[in-house]
Amino acid sequence: MKQARKTGLIFFPAFDWAISPTHPEREERLLYTQDQVFEEGLLDLENIVEYKPSIASYADINRVHFCVPDAGSVTTESHLISAGGAITAAQKVMQKEVDNAFALVRPPGHHAMLVVHGARGFCNVNIEAIMIEYIRHHYGHRRIAVVDTDCHHGDGTQNIYWNDPDTLCISIHQDGRTLYPGSGFHEEFGGPNALGTTLNIPLPPRTSDEGFLYIMKEAILPILAEFKPDLVINSAGQDNHFSDPITDMRFSAHGYATLNDMLSPDIAVLEGGYSIEKALPYVNVGIILAMAGLDYSYVREPEYRSSSLRQSEDISRYIAQEADAIYELWSRREEIREKVVGDKKYIRSNKSIYYDTDGIREQQEVVVRVCHDCGGLVMIDSRSDLGHRIFAVLIPWKACPQCRREGEEAYDKAARKDGFQYIYLQDKEKDLFLVK
Amino acid sequence: MILGIDVGGTHTDAALIDSGRIRKTAKVATNPGRVVESLSGIASEVLKGEPLENLQRIVLSTTLSTNAIVQNKVDPVGLMVISGPGLPPSYISTSENTHFLSGYVNHRGIETAPIDPAAVSRISDDFRKRGLNHAGIIGKFSTRNPSQELQIEKIVSDGMKHVSLGHRMSGHLNFPRRVATTYLNEAIWELYSSFVKQVVDFFRTMGVSVPIYILKADGGTFNIEQSVEFPVYTILSGPAASIMGILSMTENSGEDAIALDIGGTTTDIALFADGVPLLEPFGVTMEGHKTLIRGLRSKPLGIGGDSRVRYEGGQLLIGPQREGPAAAFGGPFPTPTDAMILLGLTDIGDPSKAEKALHGVADAIGCTVQKAAESIFEESCQIIARHVHAVIEEVNNKPVYTIHELLEGKRISPKILYIIGGPAKPMSTRLGQLLECPVHIPPHPEIANAVGAALARTTAELTILADTERGIMTISEEGISKKLPPRFSKGDAIEVGRELLKERALRLGAREEDLEIEVIEDQEFNMVRDFYLAGKNIRIKLQVKPGLIAGFSTGELS
Repeated sequence: MKQARKTGLIFFPAFDWAISPTHPEREERLLYTQDQVFEEGLLDLENIVEYKPSIASYADINRVHFCVPDAGSVTTESHLISAGGAITAAQKVMQKEVDNAFALVRPPGHHAMLVVHGARGFCNVNIEAIMIEYIRHHYGHRRIAVVDTDCHHGDGTQNIYWNDPDTLCISIHQDGRTLYPGSGFHEEFGGPNALGTTLNIPLPPRTSDEGFLYIMKEAILPILAEFKPDLVINSAGQDNHFSDPITDMRFSAHGYATLNDMLSPDIAVLEGGYSIEKALPYVNVGIILAMAGLDYSYVREPEYRSSSLRQSEDISRYIAQEADAIYELWSRREEIREKVVGDKKYIRSNKSIYYDTDGIREQQEVVVRVCHDCGGLVMIDSRSDLGHRIFAVLIPWKACPQCRREGEEAYDKAARKDGFQYIYLQDKEKDLFLVK
Repeated sequence: MILGIDVGGTHTDAALIDSGRIRKTAKVATNPGRVVESLSGIASEVLKGEPLENLQRIVLSTTLSTNAIVQNKVDPVGLMVISGPGLPPSYISTSENTHFLSGYVNHRGIETAPIDPAAVSRISDDFRKRGLNHAGIIGKFSTRNPSQELQIEKIVSDGMKHVSLGHRMSGHLNFPRRVATTYLNEAIWELYSSFVKQVVDFFRTMGVSVPIYILKADGGTFNIEQSVEFPVYTILSGPAASIMGILSMTENSGEDAIALDIGGTTTDIALFADGVPLLEPFGVTMEGHKTLIRGLRSKPLGIGGDSRVRYEGGQLLIGPQREGPAAAFGGPFPTPTDAMILLGLTDIGDPSKAEKALHGVADAIGCTVQKAAESIFEESCQIIARHVHAVIEEVNNKPVYTIHELLEGKRISPKILYIIGGPAKPMSTRLGQLLECPVHIPPHPEIANAVGAALARTTAELTILADTERGIMTISEEGISKKLPPRFSKGDAIEVGRELLKERALRLGAREEDLEIEVIEDQEFNMVRDFYLAGKNIRIKLQVKPGLIAGFSTGELS
């Protein structure tokens, strides 16, 4: 008999909000999930408590993003509530009202990056990152691991924590050569001061329960054990499901529940998943039961046929190699850092980002100060084809005096005459957000 | 002339109402084993010498069903449960008479696994062999498509005295509650039908042929002959009777309000939103059975006039035990009632006994008896006020599922405090201060329940799910599944719903003039499949609001 846990559930289906009437991210998305959760009587169980989401503030968003021109312009109430739902989940866990919590909210957020010019991959702001920075601001700095089990690469979360050695981002997803957003390969491994705390695990199309659970056991859990996070967060996208209309995987509701049980996250946050009728009702019931420490062995989709969903032996072999490769990459992170960073003082990179939902193209030049004492100062020059150009300075948590001094100087020095419409400073430690 | 009778746990009250006035009242001790006798005795007494031809209706509220369940005087029921995938069957509270069957209907009402008729026959034979003649049939999502329950009923019903079907109990989703509700309905069915027969026979023999109604947990009534199929609706009607009594006897300006029924052992806390009593969101809980029965949201708190008072570990403890009456009435321990007597707030009982009992507490605290009484009284009021605040907080924090409701949703902010029960008067001033509301005490609190029952209107509920992709509409409470006409809209669904609810309410005994129909939920979702609009999923819930019958606006009764 498993130990029952007290689980907080923040259910917010936003039955009056859609990106557009026939968009996958529409009113209907969590309708059948609500039906299933209600019909199973989950809210009557003693150890499952439902909470109303709070509403995130612009200050909560500014702790994470550089929104152009400002947070109010790139969000609607729905985004503030969905981020607020994740924050409520964190509050209940941090205040020990519950053992863990699941924010079953929409719209999702894991494609939203550090700089936000608009919506990409149905996401405007990154609800997990807003939650994480809320936790750090209100309850003290924590080492946090985010395990993203959405079928799409969690490129937004990766981008936000690219230079943060205290946030481990592991994304497990369908191979980017076959699916949006087309990224999430081994080579994406973290910024110069945080190499190894970004890990990507692309899986081949048609991977089934066996493959996902193998990767969990052989790669993710051992890495987590070594990273020793204070909190584990699951970006619980549900589109690896065999019935999902926009992906090609073969994961099941029972598999999702088992994965959650193995991972045992402190907080889970819903991300994508658009098989709203055949997957979400069962996957969500499975995750809720697993988090609450209850028996999920009867959770099965009516359409589930194990024989037709089995993965090929080729895939099993490939995944076994993948698990070894990832673990090896993680183990060699220090050594790789020596090679990549060498004696460079600053690392400069250029990036082109496409916002598919809003059709915006952004060009970024990012400069990171190589630092052995902190995550390192980050400076971004970003322009979008909407005509905006901004300069953003990020002073990280536990910033060393040198990074802080250089960051403050860079902000002071930058001026509109250099061609920037907005100049931002985000200082994590001081919880400061300045715009000029 | 209207006759209202409330058979409570301790007392049976009756009130005869004529031309907007309470014309006669009576109160006798209930004979717990013989509810019909208590009822017929008081009815004969009140109606004695009255012109029976002027009688328009009789309404009863009884603890019969509640007591049968509490005392476990119920029949064994064979349950056939189609639980499908999801929570394991072990989460359904069951007995050796419960069988789990194959079959499944999903959330949209689509059959995804068939039942096995041979297995049903085998179980049905087994029920008969073991002398079970009551059965309950419950399927997961049967409210979305009752066909599997109906198929099983056909096989089982032969040889059974009665069968209850899950989908008829309520239109709400909640499978474990549906199982519990169906079980309870069937377990008290025989006892209840025999009660109805005796009551009807009694009044008919008396020469009374007016409609007889029975009070439900939601504060509404239904015709006693119609009630036979749904005895479970009559559980926990006591708190409903007192709330309806308060409604009939006090000013009600349609504002948010608090209603307290302070008894000897417990205090019931209920809330009104815009003058309408709040209902439990999913259904009432009875002896650990969580049901789908619509009932007033009423939270019992373990404190009352006769609660035992102790001083332990530097703390004044009041309740939740009641060890007998107040010391002033010969009880063994000091109580809040004794404190109120000593403080001169009420002049009942023997003050010297009250004082003697309070001495013990005063000595323990190390203060005067006067001071001890003040502390007990203050603490009692504080406990009640604290819980009222918690209940309001809980209601205001109820989860909502639309942005509109989250941002603009109604918040309860009480403007009136109603109090009934023994300590109502002595506690009213202080409670009014603590809860920051003017206090109203109804003029006849001792018979509030009988009056409440007498004047309650017939209520009913109806749930529609229209799925235009499948072209099907389901109305669970009526067991209807039917084809939709083309281009069916939300407006059409509301229209159909109003018509059907009207028919249903009239069938249950409502009068045309009392049909205050309200749409409590109307949602319409685009169903998109493969990126194209495939149909609409329309969900409508309507109710006849709980309230008083026409001709009796609130607060008019004197």
